[in-house]
This record gives sequence, C-alpha cells and structure tokens, in this order.
Amino acid sequence: MKKEFTITVYTENQIGLLNRIAIIFVRRKINIDSMNTSPSEIEGIHRFTILIDETEEVVRKVCRQIEKQVEVLKVYFNTEDEIVWQEMALYKVSTDEIAAKVKVERLLRECGARAVAITKDFTVFETTGHREETVKLVKALEPYGLIEFVRSARIAIIKESRGFHEKLKEFEQHAPGEEVIENEFLNQQEEVFSM
Amino acid sequence: MQTLEILDKKEMPVIEGSAPRLPLQGAGGAELPDIEGTASLLPLQAAVGTEISGSQAVLDAFVSEGVDTIFGYPGGAIMPIYDALYDYHDRIKHILVRHEQGGIHAAQGYARSSGRVGVVFATSGPGATNLVTGLADAMIDSTPLVCITGQVYAHLLGTDAFQEVDVINITTPVTKWNYQVTDATEIPTVLAKAFHIAGTGRPGPVLIDITKNAQLQKFGYNGYTKCEYIRSYRPKPIVRKTYIEEAARLINEAKKPFVIFGQGIILGKAENELKAFIEKGGLPAAWTILGLSALPTDHPQNVGMLGMHGNYGPNVLTNECDVLIAVGMRFDDRVTGRLDKYARQAKVIHLDIDPSEIDKNVKTTVPVWGDCKETLPMLTQLIEKKKHPEWLNKFREFTKKEVEVVIQDELNPTSEVLTMGEIIKVLNELTKGDAIIVTDVGQHQMVACRYARFNETKSNITSGGAGTMGFALPAAIGAKYGAPHRTVVAVIGDGGIQMTIQELGTIMQTGVDVKILILNNQFLGMVRQWQQLFHDKRYSFVDIASPDYVMVAKGYHIEGQSISTRVQVKDALTVMLNHPGAYLLEVMVGKENNVFPMVPQGCSVAEIRLS
Repeated sequence: MKKEFTITVYTENQIGLLNRIAIIFVRRKINIDSMNTSPSEIEGIHRFTILIDETEEVVRKVCRQIEKQVEVLKVYFNTEDEIVWQEMALYKVSTDEIAAKVKVERLLRECGARAVAITKDFTVFETTGHREETVKLVKALEPYGLIEFVRSARIAIIKESRGFHEKLKEFEQHAPGEEVIENEFLNQQEEVFSM
Repeated sequence: MQTLEILDKKEMPVIEGSAPRLPLQGAGGAELPDIEGTASLLPLQAAVGTEISGSQAVLDAFVSEGVDTIFGYPGGAIMPIYDALYDYHDRIKHILVRHEQGGIHAAQGYARSSGRVGVVFATSGPGATNLVTGLADAMIDSTPLVCITGQVYAHLLGTDAFQEVDVINITTPVTKWNYQVTDATEIPTVLAKAFHIAGTGRPGPVLIDITKNAQLQKFGYNGYTKCEYIRSYRPKPIVRKTYIEEAARLINEAKKPFVIFGQGIILGKAENELKAFIEKGGLPAAWTILGLSALPTDHPQNVGMLGMHGNYGPNVLTNECDVLIAVGMRFDDRVTGRLDKYARQAKVIHLDIDPSEIDKNVKTTVPVWGDCKETLPMLTQLIEKKKHPEWLNKFREFTKKEVEVVIQDELNPTSEVLTMGEIIKVLNELTKGDAIIVTDVGQHQMVACRYARFNETKSNITSGGAGTMGFALPAAIGAKYGAPHRTVVAVIGDGGIQMTIQELGTIMQTGVDVKILILNNQFLGMVRQWQQLFHDKRYSFVDIASPDYVMVAKGYHIEGQSISTRVQVKDALTVMLNHPGAYLLEVMVGKENNVFPMVPQGCSVAEIRLS
C-alpha cells in the first residue's frame, strides 16, 4: 500500500550529487513530491529531505540505492508519525482587498498567518505548518483574489534520532568495531519486497 | 601524434610474454626521434616540489597505480594529456583503438582477464558519448574502469562550445562515480579516489572529466598518495557472525542444498574459497553466465549453467532445493525467470558485498553481507562435512535427459549442417580448456557459454547484464593485453562482428594475437529464434548480409579462411590456434538452428523447454 514517506539523506557536499540522487527516482518512474537540501547539525554535511508517495518495499529499495552512492553517508526513511515536519507557504494578495474586508484579516489570524511585506499594491502573508494548514489558507484566500502562492519543500526532524554526530564518528573510524551497524535495513527482515 | 604509427607487417610486434612497445616509425617510414633512449633518462615519477602540468599529474597517477596499458583515442580536448603521454610511453603502453566504444570494451576485456582496473582515454563531445555503452556494460557487469575524458576549457562550459557535451550528467546513471576536474591541483586526489572507488567493494566504472585548462595548468606537485579511505564509502562491510551462524545452521539442516554463484567469486578472488566450501558441504553448484570459469568445468560438483539457456537440472532443481545459497550473484531476470514462481519452497541465503542487492529481487531468509573471500571461509568452518549423493545424482539424471534431447545433437550432429556446439567442442579439444573465450551476444554466446570448457578462472569474458553486441572483438584485444601469456579466442556472430569490425585496425597496428572465430548463421539468430517461437516465424529484419570476412581481414593484413563443412573444422581450428598472430576463421553454421533448453520469458525456471 502506498503512503507518504519522508526520506532523510546525510551526504557530503558535492556538485552533481543532487542529480545522482534524483535520477534514482526518475529511473523507477517515482514522482518526488518535494525535495529540500540544507545544512545539517554537522558542519560540512548536507541533509536532503525527500518526500515520496510509495510502498514501504519500494522505499526501502530506493533508500539502499541512494545509500550506495559514494558520497552518501546515511539514509533514513520514516512515516509521518515518526517525524516532526513543517512546510512554509507565501501568499500574495491585493492590499486594497485586505484593507477593505475585515473578514480577511480575521481569517488570517485564525490561520496563524503573518504579514511579511506590505506595500501600497500588495501584501505578502506567510504561514508555516502542515500541508492541510497551508492549503486551508489558499482555499480561504481564493475568493479574495489570491495573486501568487508558493510552498516550500517539507523539512522534517526525526523524533527518534539522536543526531548524526555519533554516527559520523563511527564513519570516520578507519577500522570500525563490531558494534557498528552499517545498514540497519538488514536487521529488518519481516517485510520484504519480492516481485 | 595521431599519425604516429603505420607499420610494415613484418615489423609488427607479436606479444609473447611481454606486450609490444609503441612502434617507433612514423608514417612513410620516417624515423621519429629516439624517444626510447631519452625516456630512460627521465625519472620514473615526477618529483615532489616540482612544477608539473595537470596532464603530467594524470600520468604520474597512472604510474603510481601501476597502470601498464591505456586504451584510447586522441582529440582536441585531450591533447595536452596525449602530449604528456609522449614522455611516458616507455612506462605505459597506449593502444590506439578505432572507436571509443572499442576502447572501453578493450579496457573491460583487460580488466576481466587481469583482475585489474582498465583505463580509457577519450576526448570531449562525441569521444565521451561513444563511451556510454561501455560504461553501461561495465556498470551492470561490475567491471572496474577509470575513464579519462577531455573537456572544453572551464570558461567555455555551458556555452555550447565545439565538442562540448555535458558528460557528467550523461554518464551519472552509468558510473559508480564521476567527477569533473577544472583545477589541476585536484588531479592527484581525484585520481586516487577514482582508482580506489573503481576497484574496491563492488567494482564499477569511474569517469573523470578534465577540462583542457586543468590539463595545461602548472602547479606545485605534492606527490601522489593512494586513497585507502573515503568517509562516506564503505567498500568492505563488517561481517556479522550471527548471520554466518544462522546460514551454517540452515545448510547443516538442509537435505537438498544448492549453491548458485556469480561473478562475485571472480571479482572477490574467492575461487579456492568457493571450492573448499562446496567440497566440504557436498554441495552441488551452478553458475550464472558471468560466474562461468570460477569453478573448473570438470569439477564433479559443477552442475552447470543457470538461466534462460542454462542447463536442465540447475533450472528445474532450483524449484526443488530446500536451501538456496546464492553467492556473488544478483538474481537477474534471465536467471530467475518468473520471479513469483522462483524457488518459493527454498530458504534463501544470499552472500553479497552490495547491500542493495539483498532482497532486491528474491526474498532472503539469511542475508550475509560481506566480501565472499571472507564470508565463504567463515561458513566453510561452521558447516558439517557432508555428501549429498542422492541429491547430486538427481542433477546427473537431468543431465542425461538433456544430453539425450539436446546436447547429443548439438555436439555430434547427424545432419550435414554444422552446429555452433560442435565447433566449440572441437575448440575445447584443441585448447584443452586453457584458452580465454571472449563472446559477443546472441546464440553463439549461449552456445559457447554452455559448451566451452574452462580449467582456469577469468577465462570467460562476455557482456552479461547489458547484452552489448559488438563487445567481443575489442574485449578480446583488451583481454590479450590483460593476460598476454594466454590464448584468446573471440567467438562472435555475424551480427556482432559487424558492429565493431573497425577494431580489426587495432589488431593490425598492434599485432595483438587474437583469434577471431565467426560463427556465421546468416541471421541475427537469437532474434530470429524468438520470432520463430513467439512471433509466428515472422522474420522481421533479421536476415543480415555479411561481407567477405576473409577479404576484409586481408585488407587489414590479417590472415584467415572461411569453412563450411565438417571435415574442415578440426584442421581450420588448428591452423587458427597455431598461427603466429591474429587470425580470422569464419565457420558457416546452420541458418535456423535454435538454442535449447530455453526458459521462455514469463515462465518459471521449472517450465524450461528442451525443444
């Protein structure tokens, strides 16, 4: 059964790696719902957050393919309940419209939006939250002439993660000890894709 | 430089123990300056602290990595490297091919016969794009390569400059790693990484694209340090003992254990480990097409070939064994047939160095992630000494049936037309199984792999995963350079030879001793067979005409002959094998012979057809 998975990839910072990761999805005709690259908790290590809608089996295989890339340190995949996530959205509406209609202002308060720019002609609002929250404001603003709308990629924090610092130390050991688990997936034999 | 060598035939160096040097005569017989004499005065490697160019750094890296042969083709954007090569030619041989695809297949052949990293030079633009087929082939067949491509000046990148192609993006899906160098100071570390990545873990092709300015740029040289460690790259997994113990327990409890192995054995140099393992456990072992020659053909526990045109027993009994032990193989669809009917009854132990292979196609009961050179002995230690005579006998019964229905007719035909199998049989008798057999793709490939006999490892070189027609002729050239003391026979169909026939020019010029055996059935035979069996004999564009191959070879000063009757076979093959230097033998075989057994596409391995 397909569902939303958030994939977190820790990588070195290298030109071309974004493409190398993206084509793994393209080759399997998997649509990437959103992808974000950013610094991570460790200087010099990048963190990709990729959102896709797929079965767990496919996700696991794709993650192994990503982890196989030379510059990729580690890949995690999580379902929605295992992460804390946010998306940010920006909305541009006519300032006249906002000034004229008190209702709109109340609406914005209810949605937790804030104005980030106000000019004579237009006003830009911002909300941050889950998909349904940002979508709710789009729906609400549409009758009042929503001029522009844009939403960022998902960023996510893994609830269980204790950060990448310890993991990186293991990676940096030339001869790692027995306790290093290099590929957790190997421990998860219960559900395996077979067709 | 590009017209450096045209040789008189009598002066052609013949490889005998050592490979030939670059010829020293220019076109028209004019003597080039005695670079050989001056070269010996040059230091072996560039000195630390001196100023060198990016191009010199490339070649210095090669010397440090022990590269002895480069297959390449010059052009505008790689000229500085070729200029530097002029000073290094006493340390590194360069084989001038006739097409970059030939160059990369030759490097693959070299890598496969020698177990070392193959090295390729190509220029920017079309030079680089011509490498793509070879990269894809090397990627899927895990062949270690380092390809250097020239690129336009860095300031011209993205301007649609002459011979500019976005090589990095084109090659990303077909390389294990690739990198564009725009600054010469990066070259030593990047090349060290390239060799490390290409040759370790699951090997694969690496491409380094170097802009022309970086090739020309001078920089203070800090020497070359081999790369042994990359933080984000772990080629040698830590073997976890619990899995080994679990696997050994399954094998010890098994009544009908069955080993299937692939090229991982050869790449991991674990041939002896495999032998010890199957001998102690009394385990029957079958091979994938790339695993062929890892275990001698006449080993009593070698039960044959897996897959679509493999042997009867191994295919049928895959669906009867109780424990399937897969070693260094990746369950290709040509091996498994229909996946949901593949070995469903068996517990599967999968030994592989690449974790992404585990559970990719076949669900594993016990994954053993690691280098089989390490994991196999650990398993051998824990398994009980056993024999499974009844189970082994079952394989022999299937072999008997296969001999009756298929093999007998193929090897000892009663009709007048020659079969491919009987040619391979005579070849076996003459080479005694000691030759390297390089095959192309198609019917002849299946027949050669089914019937050729091998005593030594690294003796079967073929394009497996990619199925690249045109592979064999250039790969055979490379294979000879990789193993100069061995006889190399390229078995090629009449379709495949015409795809890279230009490499006869490379053979002419280098004098490399390659035996070319064309099995000509005047058809694109494998496609014709499928059209016959699955498309109502609608032979759509498989009727391929051939030139007079003997005449073509003669044009390249390569001797040869064409035969079509049984009485000529043994003598002709003897002449070919005994001929000093390259030789082309064309054998006209039956036009509409089919390769059997066959697992039709979409069928289970147990549904293998004998006719």
